[in-house]
Amino acid sequence: MRAFTFKRSAAAEDAASAVAAGPSAMFLAGGTTLVDLMKVDVLTPDTVVDVRHLGLSGIDVSNDAIAVGAAVTNSQLAWHPAVREWFPVLSQAILSGATTQIRNMATVAGNILQRTRCPYFRDVHASCNRRQPGTGCDALEGFNRGHAVLGVSEHCIATHPSDMCVAMLILDANVHTVRPDGTVRSIPFREFHLAPGDTPHVEVALEHGELITHIVIPHLPAARRSHYLKVRDRASYEFALASAAVVLDLDGDTIRAARLGLGGIATKPWRSIEAEQSLTGRKAADATFRDAAEIALNGAVAREHNLFKIELAKRTIVRAFAAARDVSV
Amino acid sequence: MRITLRINNRTHELSLDSRLTLLDALRDVLGLTGTKKGCDQGACGACTVIIEGHRVLSCLTLAAACEGQQIDTIEGLTKGDELHPMQAAFLHCDAFQCGYCTPGQILSAVCAVQEVHAGVPSHVTRDVRQMVNGATLTDEEIRERMSGNLCRCGAYPNIVAAVRQVLAHEVRS
Repeated sequence: MRAFTFKRSAAAEDAASAVAAGPSAMFLAGGTTLVDLMKVDVLTPDTVVDVRHLGLSGIDVSNDAIAVGAAVTNSQLAWHPAVREWFPVLSQAILSGATTQIRNMATVAGNILQRTRCPYFRDVHASCNRRQPGTGCDALEGFNRGHAVLGVSEHCIATHPSDMCVAMLILDANVHTVRPDGTVRSIPFREFHLAPGDTPHVEVALEHGELITHIVIPHLPAARRSHYLKVRDRASYEFALASAAVVLDLDGDTIRAARLGLGGIATKPWRSIEAEQSLTGRKAADATFRDAAEIALNGAVAREHNLFKIELAKRTIVRAFAAARDVSV
Repeated sequence: MRITLRINNRTHELSLDSRLTLLDALRDVLGLTGTKKGCDQGACGACTVIIEGHRVLSCLTLAAACEGQQIDTIEGLTKGDELHPMQAAFLHCDAFQCGYCTPGQILSAVCAVQEVHAGVPSHVTRDVRQMVNGATLTDEEIRERMSGNLCRCGAYPNIVAAVRQVLAHEVRS
């Protein structure tokens, strides 16, 4: 690992300023992405600022929303009684990712900012536009079985690896930040992650030195009937080949409203508003869900090894909606 | 850089390179070699330690980030000559072969049992709204909760049995 200066800040603004002061400085939270990628020389910060001691470790439950501190761990959030009660899909999504040890380390903000698991991104000898702009993409003609079919570009097809983010997206979470000058803002989750386009190295809507302070998830009564379904190569401890996060608002067996998020198949946490709208007013039957799945995957682009993901994702959507329909609330 | 680490209720004043992981600090600086280096990239769980009561991976933890935190390793688990119930259960159930993953397995299992007693769900819990119960916990639940610890000898059935034995004993008492 390359040498770096380790700093610990006691206030969010100080941490933001400390990172803003150095072009290659980075925030450190749980370390499950940063330390891992520093070991393989993919991330090479000259300064690392520990942000786990800024007083951002609380979960505040009100009648309108749950506000989650940036340094809350994945385990704390998934195990919180109010999250399990209000947002089963979020608890399920988090618990389907990684292992207890990693979820005990990884923070909520770190999960949102985690990097792709594309093997060419992780290998400094490979070509990767995301890691080193303009060098090309070895995944396009390489082994791309795990890669994305939605939100892809000719410069990058790397999959966004998070389960938690897919649930956060359909729950309309907002990401709150503080900038080095002390100003704060709130970024809707749907605007936070960026598809690669011509600039795959620009992954999120944050400025350098801008620090996530908390995430606010507005109350959604319908989310009691929600489900996260993850399909992967192993029963545990593996990234998704395809996953679906769904919320179903039912009036008898008629769908009043639905939400649909997808993971494992897109370059960013993916939501299909068109598929959601197609479900409104229809009967909550598997055939209806299949119609929505066809809409959600409309425009998917496969490469040599990942064509199977398109049909897999459609079936995952149908099963996730069926599971939500059958939840007893 | 100078840091103070609190390990197994002992305080250590150390001068360390900021790059040092907690795993390497434990093994190479402090001689606490019970914590094992398996993959060194967060995939195998052999380096599991307990920080502030939670099981974590010491290979992805910078030693410098541990200042002021309580760290527990396998060396701190016994009370004098008395084995921890999970250590005794691993012996009784023959829950290891080569033993390399065992310290991580045992620390992870100790925490897994605490998590079950706290009632928290796992990925395979049917309804995350419900509190889980140690007396009725399935083998599927134990396997999921222990999935962060790999065993290349394949001692998994006996590891599950050891965890089950401790759970059953603690539920009885």
